[in-house]
Amino acid sequence: MAQIFPEWTNKLPTYAALGAVVIGAVVVGFIWYYGSPWYTDVGYRPAQPVPYSHKLHADDLGMDCRYCHNFVEESPHANIPPTQTCMNCHTLILPESEKLLLVRESFANKQPIEWVRIHKLPDYAYFDHSAHLRAGVGCADCHGNVAKMEVVSQTQPLSMSWCLDCHRNPEKSIRPLDQITNMEWTAPDNQAEYARRMIEERNIDPPKDCSGCHR
Amino acid sequence: MSSTAQDVSGLPDSEKPLLTGNQTFASITATISGIVERKTPPIWYLALGAALSLLMVLFGSIGWLVYEGTGIWGLNNPVGWGWAIINFVWWVGIGHAGTLISAILFLLRQRWRTSINRFAEAMTLFAVSCALIFPAIHVGRVWVVYWTFPVPNQMGMWPNFRSPLLWDVFAVSTYFTASLLFWYTGLIPDLATFRDRAKTKIKKFVFGILSVGWRGGNRQWKHYELAYLILAGISTPLVLSVHSVVSTDFAVSILPGWHTTIFPPYFVAGAIFSGFAMVVTLTIIARKIFGLENMITVNHLEKMNKIILLTGSMVGYAYGMEFFIAWYSGNIYEQFTFINRAFGQYGWAYWIMVSYNVLVPQLFWFKKLRTSVPVMFVASLFINVGMWFERFVIVVSSLAQDFLPANWDYYSPTIWDVATFVGSFGLFFTLFLLFIRFLPMISMAEVKTVLPEADPHYVAPGTKGGHHE
Ligand code: HEC
Ligand code: HEC
Ligand code: HEC
Ligand code: HEC
Ligand code: HEC
Repeated sequence: MAQIFPEWTNKLPTYAALGAVVIGAVVVGFIWYYGSPWYTDVGYRPAQPVPYSHKLHADDLGMDCRYCHNFVEESPHANIPPTQTCMNCHTLILPESEKLLLVRESFANKQPIEWVRIHKLPDYAYFDHSAHLRAGVGCADCHGNVAKMEVVSQTQPLSMSWCLDCHRNPEKSIRPLDQITNMEWTAPDNQAEYARRMIEERNIDPPKDCSGCHR
Repeated sequence: MSSTAQDVSGLPDSEKPLLTGNQTFASITATISGIVERKTPPIWYLALGAALSLLMVLFGSIGWLVYEGTGIWGLNNPVGWGWAIINFVWWVGIGHAGTLISAILFLLRQRWRTSINRFAEAMTLFAVSCALIFPAIHVGRVWVVYWTFPVPNQMGMWPNFRSPLLWDVFAVSTYFTASLLFWYTGLIPDLATFRDRAKTKIKKFVFGILSVGWRGGNRQWKHYELAYLILAGISTPLVLSVHSVVSTDFAVSILPGWHTTIFPPYFVAGAIFSGFAMVVTLTIIARKIFGLENMITVNHLEKMNKIILLTGSMVGYAYGMEFFIAWYSGNIYEQFTFINRAFGQYGWAYWIMVSYNVLVPQLFWFKKLRTSVPVMFVASLFINVGMWFERFVIVVSSLAQDFLPANWDYYSPTIWDVATFVGSFGLFFTLFLLFIRFLPMISMAEVKTVLPEADPHYVAPGTKGGHHE
């Protein structure tokens, strides 16, 4: 009987197996890299309606974060300042500036400026700023060095494993309470020993069970 | 299978001939290949059309479910598991006969299995496919079912290996994979026969690929038979483990009526019971339509009916034992649950279950009835229905009235529950019709081993000639 398949097809199964391994590795690698929030979420930097610069205000002018985000230590949400806060200065500073037109309009019309939200957790995950700040976790641990940003962008993935990584080992992130808004703070040499003492003293116990964050 | 044929040669000669009508190697090949090679009968198109319509019902219901969520089903507060789980358990149960026939009966040298094993294995695969749909869609957000597998992910989330629901995922998918391999391995020699008989280039090509270079040489048979034996060995524990694991979905919980140690063996018996009933239903139709009365004889059917009688009685024993233990344990919650099962709001379902599953198989005590094709056909249908109700009774009656009387409610399905279930038959029959149209529905290579020619031995002159008559 005539052969249905030429001889070289004998090698096909081997090639197919090798190909499957390669393709499998590529697919896994692709999803690993491009599906991760490190790729999809980090670096999110929407254009804001007003060219407000954290670098100028928080770094060059040296304003404390809590001048504007003044409820961050008391409430779950860090508030975005109302226009009134800007006008504390901008009724006098650059009152004619083009870039501040929207701010003045908003103030006159009593309509808030529509800032674009950057950091956002899903509704089913509970997060509380005040608890973290009371424990001594600094803004920079979760938001990066905002004071160096012209336009704020997300620097951390905010994924569940990211939350859990810190909750399991919070030692690296515990700092003195007067340093929480300091963007330049670096851990001293005795950090481990210090953190252990603070965890004891402040009774720090981050939730690791599901109901801690999914209430 | 020549080596096993040698081993069984010691069976008593009183054993009836397995095939009737003076079959030879050639006639077997001709009959079985003929079914596939002849022109497609119009009835097949008709049947396929009907099956595809039902399949569309399934796709439609699933589409609506994905869009709208599980709220379209009749689930309510105490009853969070409804038809989806019932259907899952039912279909998985049906899937048990195939592997039992192909693996356990193979190891037990039951040669009568050769006429029905291919068919039953195919049924297993298709039933398990139907079964797999239900747990996958009942999670609601279908696109995240992959969370049930241990895939490293950005949430740091990992399946809970202490949960029987997770064991289920592995048990059923292992079962499906093993059954598929077993079925395919069995098919290879027959696929090669098809390849050799093929007239068109396309058929030669397709069957050439599917038969993976089978030439039927001695060495190939040697490896093949060993592989088959190993697969049978692997599949055998699976027959028992899969439904045991499914039963732990219930037994590991603390709900009265679920939390019992009898569940694993009881579920396995029930699964084999319902599986055989389904095989009987389908073989009766197929042998009639395709004129296979000589290959699948009444003798075969009678043997299956005996298994049905046995497992049906085991199921009946379990029903009785549940009541006994409820009384004997002195646990008032357990007692309430069982009295409520039989006489409460779902009493009607309970009595359907008992009469169809326990009483109907008792007919098979009588030789006349268990060898009568119409009787066994009707009985098998009753058993299929009865076993569905068994799962209904277990799932719903325990949930609807649990520990908190304030929560009690009555569960009834919606049109979408029904449509999804009915639609799953569309999938089942579509696959089945494709199978019988394109693949050998009886294992030619294996059936030949039960012919006397395959088992040559000396017969003293004057003695009754063994299988020759
Ligand atoms: C002068 C007032 C002001 C000060 C001071 C200030 N911010 Fe802001 N911050 C804003 C305003 C207005 C926005 C909204 C516009 C934007 O996102 O740029 C904002 C946005 C943010 C956001 C992004 C919120 C989101 O949408 O996710 C972060 C994070 C943030 N600030 C952190 C800081 C930190 C950390 C400091 C201290 C280093 C700080 N801010 C100081 C006014 C201020
Ligand atoms: C503590 C006083 C103070 C507050 C409060 C303040 N600013 Fe300013 N802002 C300044 C100073 C100082 C400058 C720089 C002026 C210069 O460059 O000469 C400035 C510059 C700006 C500019 C650049 C204007 C230009 O024409 O270059 C913008 C835009 C601006 N601020 C927006 C805001 C917004 C929006 C808020 C409220 C969230 C705000 N500022 C709150 C002090 C303030
Ligand atoms: C432990 C991590 C963490 C720390 C520390 C932290 N933030 Fe946040 N921040 C978040 C997360 C997570 C969100 C998103 C919250 C949400 O979507 O509910 C957020 C949101 C914000 C927002 C947007 C408004 C809101 O609350 O949704 C602002 C503004 C903000 N943070 C400012 C600050 C400032 C200022 C500090 C320091 C005083 C700070 N954050 C410290 C994690 C942190
Ligand atoms: C850099 C470290 C760090 C990160 C990142 C972090 N947390 Fe925390 N979190 C803590 C610490 C420390 C505590 C303990 C507070 C205490 O025990 O007083 C805490 C406590 C909490 C609490 C308990 C609050 C309460 O009221 O008791 C919640 C909820 C929480 N974190 C949610 C989150 C979520 C959600 C994320 C991720 C988006 C997150 N955390 C990321 C350090 C972190
Ligand atoms: C430290 C806080 C925290 C804890 C503890 C936590 N989660 Fe989460 N979880 C989150 C955050 C934040 C997200 C959102 C992540 C995102 O948006 O990528 C999330 C997302 C999820 C999601 C994805 C939901 C979806 O629809 O995509 C699941 C599922 C989940 N968590 C399950 C759990 C389980 C199960 C546990 C307990 C073993 C748990 N979580 C514990 C913070 C937490």
